[in-house]
Amino acid sequence: METFLEEVNKKINGVPLQRCYHCRKCTAGCPVASHMEYNLNKVVKMIQNGKRDEVLGSSTIWICLSCETCITRCPNQIDIARMMDVLRQMAIEEGVGAREKNVLKFHDAFLANIKMGGRINEPLMMVQYKLKSGDLFSDAVMGVEMFMKGKLSLLSPRTKDIKSVKDIFEKTKHS
Amino acid sequence: MKVSYYPGCSLHATGKEYDQSMKLVSSALGIELKEVDDWSCCGASSAHSTNFDLSIALSARNLISAEKDALDVMVPCAACFNRFKMAEHHLKADKELKTKIEDIVGTKYQGGIAIRNPIDIIFNEIGIDTLTAKVVKPLTGLKPVSYYGCLLLRPPDVCEFDNYENPVMLDKMMGAIGADVKNWSYKTDCCGGSLAISKTSIVVDMCDKLMKAAREAGANCVVTACPLCMNNLDMRPSRGLKLPVFYFTELIALAMGLDGSKETFKSHMVDPRPLLKQLQLI
Repeated sequence: METFLEEVNKKINGVPLQRCYHCRKCTAGCPVASHMEYNLNKVVKMIQNGKRDEVLGSSTIWICLSCETCITRCPNQIDIARMMDVLRQMAIEEGVGAREKNVLKFHDAFLANIKMGGRINEPLMMVQYKLKSGDLFSDAVMGVEMFMKGKLSLLSPRTKDIKSVKDIFEKTKHS
Repeated sequence: MKVSYYPGCSLHATGKEYDQSMKLVSSALGIELKEVDDWSCCGASSAHSTNFDLSIALSARNLISAEKDALDVMVPCAACFNRFKMAEHHLKADKELKTKIEDIVGTKYQGGIAIRNPIDIIFNEIGIDTLTAKVVKPLTGLKPVSYYGCLLLRPPDVCEFDNYENPVMLDKMMGAIGADVKNWSYKTDCCGGSLAISKTSIVVDMCDKLMKAAREAGANCVVTACPLCMNNLDMRPSRGLKLPVFYFTELIALAMGLDGSKETFKSHMVDPRPLLKQLQLI
């Protein structure tokens, strides 16, 4: 049976995590390290130690912004940003869900909106997110102001061949 | 020159100032735009954060559509640019993935067109000298810091854009149109991107840090090339720290004295017109 480390390495499909010598350069450059429960190199260490439940259930993987500073500065070219994508996808596929629930609900609303019209309709996407998250009132004042300034258009053009977009969603659905 | 143009979702919505000014500047600099046929969303952070195949396939659908025009594809939004470069990178590096994605999208991917951001096209194809020659109203008194953000530059071997720790193309362009560009160390720091809605407090902290640094550098505005950075910097900083934020194309259009160049300022959340009036630029 594959270890957690082997599984993650296979999915990253690049430099193996064993190459990490814990210089902590990724953590030092991470703009949201102070908001994470585990630092980036700690996550690498936890994967090496087979701490599957702790890693996939952590908030850290959902706080990562994918700013790609870590991979840019890693002396061993370990793709930490891709590692975070892999871990998030594993958490979803294995039914662990997201410790930061609203982050995943935002992604779900965003993708549902693409599936519907091919392109993002921002006001509609915000309604979809707010219904999913129950966070109905934050940003409401800002939303009204944006609407008044003409920044939010309710009827933006959609992709005409919407079937081709829906097919992509269908064929890439999580198993 | 003629290019394919992929505006992306933001440029038709909250980032419409970027689309409008991009079109003004392109026309004035002789860049002819042919919009990518029936484009769809690139998938953005939400696709790659949750489903790798989906993220590559959504971008590939657009690259395949753009390939029909056989021109370089110009992608103003830094996020779309990054997703396209990332899809190109994976499709070229992994034959098995390419076959899988072609099967998902239902068409072959050739990989024969260059994915380019307008900063690169204006800097490298049009050139600073041509740009300088077209300035009718130098932006004297405007003191921007250039904010490149993450997605144009990182990872560098994928984006192939500019010096990834200290990019300069935008700074030189702003200098060419008469602005007094301020140097700072936060050119490539993250604004908080897609967490703005779901983890707002983190993004407020990040934007506050950027605005404090811009002020310390002596800037009176920020210039960007990313609609996500624009939204966050224009909306999220705390009261008292905010500065006007511009798309670089808005400032080029203003300096070139193009008709309609003042129209986009009114939809900014931080109204830049008082500053521009004070400097007698409008």
